[in-house]
Amino acid sequence: MRSDHQATALEPCGHVTAEWTIRNWLGALGVRLNLRRMHYRVTPGLYALGKPGPDAPVFVSANYKLSFDHLRQALVGLDGWILVLDTQGVNVWCAAGKGTFGTAELIGKIRECRLLERVTHRRLIVPQLGASGIAAHEVRKQSGFAVIYGPVYAANLPAFLQAKLHATPAMRRVHFRWYERLVVAPVEIALYRRELFLGGLALAILACLPTAGASWAMLGQRSGTVFLLWLVTSGLAIFLGPLLLPWLPTRAFSIKGASLGLALALCSLGLLGPDWTRLRSAAWVLLLSTAASYLLLNFTGSTTFTSPSGVRREVRLALPVQIVAGVVGLTAWTAAGFLPTW
Amino acid sequence: MKYLSKDISLRLDAGRCSGCKMCVMVCPHGVFAVENTKAHIADREACIECGACALNCATGAITVASGVGCAETIINGLLTGKETCCGGDACCCPPQA
Repeated sequence: MRSDHQATALEPCGHVTAEWTIRNWLGALGVRLNLRRMHYRVTPGLYALGKPGPDAPVFVSANYKLSFDHLRQALVGLDGWILVLDTQGVNVWCAAGKGTFGTAELIGKIRECRLLERVTHRRLIVPQLGASGIAAHEVRKQSGFAVIYGPVYAANLPAFLQAKLHATPAMRRVHFRWYERLVVAPVEIALYRRELFLGGLALAILACLPTAGASWAMLGQRSGTVFLLWLVTSGLAIFLGPLLLPWLPTRAFSIKGASLGLALALCSLGLLGPDWTRLRSAAWVLLLSTAASYLLLNFTGSTTFTSPSGVRREVRLALPVQIVAGVVGLTAWTAAGFLPTW
Repeated sequence: MKYLSKDISLRLDAGRCSGCKMCVMVCPHGVFAVENTKAHIADREACIECGACALNCATGAITVASGVGCAETIINGLLTGKETCCGGDACCCPPQA
């Protein structure tokens, strides 16, 4: 693919093929694992897919390379134009929410790429999730192009095209199936790996207090157990929370997370049976529930069905409780070493 | 799956509706239905306040305080007074479509 464009007057930015190469697959895997995700970009502009003529359809996309790649992958065997907006490397839906996949940018790109001269029709196929950034009637008024909202998922584009640009109600719905939830779960690791690592380290050190009368071997074993147990259980919470999302109790993510944390804490105590006092065990349950609650609350941003008003309500109610629970948990965890009979 | 729906800000003024069905088309959660050339809110609880319907309603019949349902954004807002999503290397947005 040629993405550098020393564009002459009517030269497209690049010609692309629909088929994915091994590089595309590796790149997709990479961004899912959060490796240089914000650098996975396509140069904005107009691309020719296959050998499009003046009557070929125009598809609008974002310059997040995965958005672009999913689009061209769905269009195997078709000739068309792809108009890539500058969304600063962010996918269509998020960019629409931020306004970068927006009316002004679309109209600007139509002019910059001289779309009026390239195609004889006046239709643009825009992904439906782009609608929160684009006012179709404004685009028409200002550019002459009619925005036709395509299906939510690029994979449904062939069926949409075959049905003469008609999407079934099912194609208009966004879902959040188990594998989709798992795919976005690692983002939490990228966001909180430092905090989780430092948290585990702090718990491990605090578990060693007081050090009087303890041998190095004993301290090492005690802190090592705590550290490993923390990493494993909080890591499990990061994957199990999204996976079990529909079945965890209530609609509030903080309560879903707290229940998961509670279950994980009880399992870790029951299965591994560390020789902890009741106070230390209780502190462990409280700390893990709180951490899992906070982690899952922050997963709201990765979902497809949470509203800002709902998240605002939940943050206001849950965050103070989480802070208090964290402080109480840490105090009890520290005190447990000094109160061996509790 | 549905989320906390008590504060959802979506409003529809049926009097201004032209029956164009744009809201039905752009809503990713099937919140609207059109009957007898007038839209109505069929599934209010499913609304995620993304704002697509209001933005694409040419007659201005729909209003919603739109935004992104992301706790990190809201917490940043509480801490700094400005609701900004991460946007950096570790953006939480689901990479879709």
